[in-house]
Amino acid sequence: MQLTQLTIEAARSSIQERKTTALALTESHYARIQKEDDQIGAYLTLCKERALEQADRIDRMAAEGKPLPPLGGVPVGIKDVMSTRGVRTTAGSKILGHYIPPYDCTAVARMEAAGAVVLGKTNCDEFAMGSSNENSAFRPVRNPRDLSRVPGGSSGGSAAAVAADMAVVALGSDTGGSIRQPASFCGVVGLMPTYGRVSRYGLIAFASSLDHIGPLAKTVKDAAIVLRTIAGRDPMDATSADLPVPDYVAELDKPMRGLRLGVAKEYFGDGLDGEVRHAVESAIDKLKSLGCEIVPVSLPHTPYAIPAYYLIATAEASSNLARYDGVRYSYRAAGVKTLSEMYRRSRDEGFGAEVKRRIMLGTYALSAGYYDAYYLKAQKVRTLLTQDFEEAFRKVDAIVTPTSPTAAFRLGEKSNDPLAMYLADIYTVTADLAGIPGISIPCGETKGKLPIGLQILGKHFDEATILRVANAYEQAA
Amino acid sequence: MKVTEKDVTYVADLANLELSAEERTGMERDLNSILDYIDRLNELDTSNVEPMAQVSDRYGVDESKQGSERFAYASREDVVEGLRKSLPQEVALENAPDADGTFFRVPKVIER
Repeated sequence: MQLTQLTIEAARSSIQERKTTALALTESHYARIQKEDDQIGAYLTLCKERALEQADRIDRMAAEGKPLPPLGGVPVGIKDVMSTRGVRTTAGSKILGHYIPPYDCTAVARMEAAGAVVLGKTNCDEFAMGSSNENSAFRPVRNPRDLSRVPGGSSGGSAAAVAADMAVVALGSDTGGSIRQPASFCGVVGLMPTYGRVSRYGLIAFASSLDHIGPLAKTVKDAAIVLRTIAGRDPMDATSADLPVPDYVAELDKPMRGLRLGVAKEYFGDGLDGEVRHAVESAIDKLKSLGCEIVPVSLPHTPYAIPAYYLIATAEASSNLARYDGVRYSYRAAGVKTLSEMYRRSRDEGFGAEVKRRIMLGTYALSAGYYDAYYLKAQKVRTLLTQDFEEAFRKVDAIVTPTSPTAAFRLGEKSNDPLAMYLADIYTVTADLAGIPGISIPCGETKGKLPIGLQILGKHFDEATILRVANAYEQAA
Repeated sequence: MKVTEKDVTYVADLANLELSAEERTGMERDLNSILDYIDRLNELDTSNVEPMAQVSDRYGVDESKQGSERFAYASREDVVEGLRKSLPQEVALENAPDADGTFFRVPKVIER
């Protein structure tokens, strides 16, 4: 087997048993990036020096016969919204085009402490705002399965890197579907943990009450290993939960028999592509044959999720992005005469069209006279959407849905119609609003050989159950 | 509710964006199209529904505790350098577009 096709455990044990080295594994991934990434565009910045240093540390441990940590020598990609000390971090934006963070994101630090080799920073939609990766200020990412199509977004670079064997696993972030939808489009596994499960410290903020960090991986087990590594209380993020972290890997093989899986008709309505519907229904049949009971549930407020999401997310974004003022660390326009001109022109030149659109929508929704009608209304609808899930989870252990209404669309297909692009998130945003965990796993292909994703949603802090269902499906498929 | 050209100018001003004439026209069109869709929220009667700003005050907390006691784990002593050391001055200035070694340098604020 090629060195770029190993799982985490296979990579780690090959290094531990001296069948290969972390250096060879790292070099083979860089060689693959060199060969493939010109056309795909998954990486924005490579950090070879940092990677080789870490690989060397792991190789010395292996040579001394010390047991390697869980991710010992495993090459990973990090979405460019997570701060990396000394390594350029752009959030896919011109406004942070030269930003070099002075500290590490907690999730990245935990990955490295567990032995991971950070290859570089992966491309994404600007400030994680987008569903196709076409909003990157640097270049769009192309889907490794079909270069005329998008990889999904906003963690498109992370998904494409994993799908094209340019990383064993990658970290992404999910605010409205940005881990699960690209995972579905690229045919990999993408896990969004419960809100608060993983620290957001060092994650460049888009919408603070909705942002989540999680893994994109080739197998469910790899996603479980990464979650176990990055989860848990971090004093640097006051919203990180003070709860013990289960051994997600050990829980994978628990029996499936008797698990109740909900199917909500609201996720199978108009707009769902026929081939996607067929693949997801077949997957549900497969889960039934594995011993699960399939239970109809209702999530009646689902049609209101996208409007509520685009008010709350943009309102929070308009506030979070106010910090880019051209003073302390972001882009500053040249030749400005006054302070006010500096703010305006720096932001005008530094932000792309979609980011400006969302700042405008969010500022509008929060402005005097519209706050109650828009922002407060959306927060109330958020309560209703969350109650839908609470009600459903009284009857079932997890809910299965399509991840996205279609397979990967073509570059340019939706880029002139913001609303059409927003609707690509129709099956994913509700979980972000409710704070529940969700995973997307591959469940077949269209006739055109494009991957289709199955989404499994779980109760708050019950990643173990959705990982278990996903693993059982993956093993049986 | 319909967004007008005047609204776009006002909101751009609040958001510290300049926007070209072309961008303003596009913004007016896009915001109206998105808000038209968003208006479906008015189909729901939410008069007796509490707003939800955060997830972390409802889930993953100790339900037996009340009020701020629930979040005692997230508080710390009010001391200098409680969680991490402050950045040294030269590090804090490293990413600045313009600095003089001690301060961030910006265009003159006070006109006279």
